[in-house]
Amino acid sequence: MLKTLRTNDTALMILFSLIVLAGPLILAPFGAGYPDLMQRFAIYGIFAIGFNILFGLTGYLSFGHAAFLGVGSYSAVWMLKLLSINIVPAIIFAVVVSGLFALLIGYISLRRSGIYFSILTLAFAQMSFNLAYSVLTPITNGENGLQVELDDPRILDSATGPGQLPVPSLFGMDMSSTSVVHFLGMDLQFNVGFYVSALILIAVFYLSLRIFRSPFGMILRAIKSNQTRLNYTGFNSRPYTLTAFVISGMYAGLAGALLVCMDPLAGPERMQWTASGEVVLMTILGGAGTLVGPVLGAGMIKYFENIFSRMNDVMVHDWFSALPGWLNDVLTNVISPFLGSGWQMSLGLIFMLVVIFLPGGLVEGANRIMNRVQRPSKSGPVSGPVDRTTTANSKES
Amino acid sequence: MDAFLLQILNGLDKGSAYALIALGLTLIFGTLGVVNFAHGALFMIGAFCTVVLNSLFTLTKVTISATEKTPWGTPLEIHTPYVQLWFGDIGATMIDYSVFWSLLFAIPVMLIVGVAMERGLIKHFYKRPHADQILVTFGLAIVLQEIIKQIFGANPIPQPAPDAFVGSIDIGAMLGMAQNTVIYPIWRLIYFLFSAIVIGGVFAFLQYTTFGMVVRAGMADRETVGLLGINIDRRFTAMFGLAAVVTGLAGAMYTPILSPNYHMGMDFLVLCFVVVVVGGMGSLTGAVAAGFLLGILESFASMPAVKEFLLGFSIDQVIIYLVAVIILLVRPRGLMGRKGVMET
Repeated sequence: MLKTLRTNDTALMILFSLIVLAGPLILAPFGAGYPDLMQRFAIYGIFAIGFNILFGLTGYLSFGHAAFLGVGSYSAVWMLKLLSINIVPAIIFAVVVSGLFALLIGYISLRRSGIYFSILTLAFAQMSFNLAYSVLTPITNGENGLQVELDDPRILDSATGPGQLPVPSLFGMDMSSTSVVHFLGMDLQFNVGFYVSALILIAVFYLSLRIFRSPFGMILRAIKSNQTRLNYTGFNSRPYTLTAFVISGMYAGLAGALLVCMDPLAGPERMQWTASGEVVLMTILGGAGTLVGPVLGAGMIKYFENIFSRMNDVMVHDWFSALPGWLNDVLTNVISPFLGSGWQMSLGLIFMLVVIFLPGGLVEGANRIMNRVQRPSKSGPVSGPVDRTTTANSKES
Repeated sequence: MDAFLLQILNGLDKGSAYALIALGLTLIFGTLGVVNFAHGALFMIGAFCTVVLNSLFTLTKVTISATEKTPWGTPLEIHTPYVQLWFGDIGATMIDYSVFWSLLFAIPVMLIVGVAMERGLIKHFYKRPHADQILVTFGLAIVLQEIIKQIFGANPIPQPAPDAFVGSIDIGAMLGMAQNTVIYPIWRLIYFLFSAIVIGGVFAFLQYTTFGMVVRAGMADRETVGLLGINIDRRFTAMFGLAAVVTGLAGAMYTPILSPNYHMGMDFLVLCFVVVVVGGMGSLTGAVAAGFLLGILESFASMPAVKEFLLGFSIDQVIIYLVAVIILLVRPRGLMGRKGVMET
């Protein structure tokens, strides 16, 4: 049993790495194969994996995770400004700072659980947003956002050419440099920034896999299933929840730092409650508590954000041009509010539908379909328990 | 002293809004045990009831004047609201007082919205975990907010207060202080009085009617009340409607102070959650007291003297959260929280 699990994990890891690394090839046919979007897929994937370690395993629903993303972004920009344009110190510093910040917030918020916890984290995130927006303007540059500028000190490498804004780089490789390969009639764009994010994504995915399989992960799951009982057995669960909170805060900080490395600008809106809500959406949509679910959800949401928000009613009109005029107008009027700037509404609707009908997210949906295919008719009581174990196993992946 | 009084007064209007929304949240929470993330959307819908009614009242008929001309030589267009056309001077007064008319309009609208929300969506989530309840109401909040944005646009829509209540009064002079020291906008005073009446009404309803008594009994022990043969669910649905009405009215009356926009609900909701947590979950008096307390605290934090004391950092934006953190560290159940409410 254990052995099969381990080989399954190896297979999963290899498959995941292959899919991520082949990103430009896979995404190009969907019109999503350009660097900016692919970078966001990977970065928000990291963010969602981190959120899932907290929410998926312990069941603590944090509504303020964007605060850590924002803190990571700000500290990374400061590192790029003060020390070096190389992204390594920026990322390390951002992870450390956001970890400390998560330790502080987690220490206070985790005194309560359930709804109190959600509200407290939401309040903290909103407080951080307000701090960044107005109170701490000297550090965060307020509404305008913090960015890399020409006259930054940059102790290690201030010798960039005059009048040229430096681009964040990894030991000389610019994050924005892209090589285009023509392949099967498509332009595949291999971007340095994407591959940096993708390698980090694979690394943190492996880390989360290990956490899921470790005794520590077991305890976190025990907290989710029945914390009271765990406490009655003489187990102090708070250090474990706090550790999970800090880990997921560090993941968020890492994602924030990577966002800054791709585009050196950090603004307060990154910390607003909508941003916190977005990562919740990603995790739920993909499937909370599963390994690949969050990455899947992050990809879906970023993809649809990109596709939906670019559509407009003229395009909708074209889709139905074969239909009679009045029907076309009606359909256009019905559909167009959900597209373009209204894509948030479709997002909200999809989210509600997923929570209502498919609480396990896309992964559970896929499992259900697989079960339906494998076992068309509900035959015999023998398949019952067997089926349960297979779903339990496949839910892990 | 006068500066002190002025800050208290300044805090009252915001505090009233916090108290009303927090009261609605606590009503839902105490009866149904659901944290309603879409509650801010109810506040916003209430505010937009005023917008709708005001624009209905001011629908104008355009007639072209036969004699007068504009400075550009084209015939002058005269805009007369239909209401004025039909009812004469009474119509003009109606337009002027449209905020108060909108209260009458908002009550049935909010009742319908509230009951529809409870019966249509939240009812199915009583047996689900709290996280699911939070998530589905959060999704609903996004959808409602976006619908309002689609209909009314993203810009705030200013709403006038009735002419009689525009401007300020000199409260300091009334209380025997020097002239022009404590000047306060009339509408904010009206808002405070209004909220006091609504809060008093809700409390009286719960305290002195049989219906309210049953509801209070149900809040204390739902199962036993059910076993006594009382259909408690129906009463709780009614309480959801009542909470929606209270919040909607708070929004409708707030429009002359803050021009309605589509994100006002969420802006208030986050603060009101903090208010509820500080007051103690499930405690109605705690919610109201904490609402006023935090509103006043916020206005004190914005005093220039405080800013000077803190070396130029203005903390009025974050003071509420700071206080909430301190209170939760010292008194984890909030100011007036009962034992056993939402402990898990």
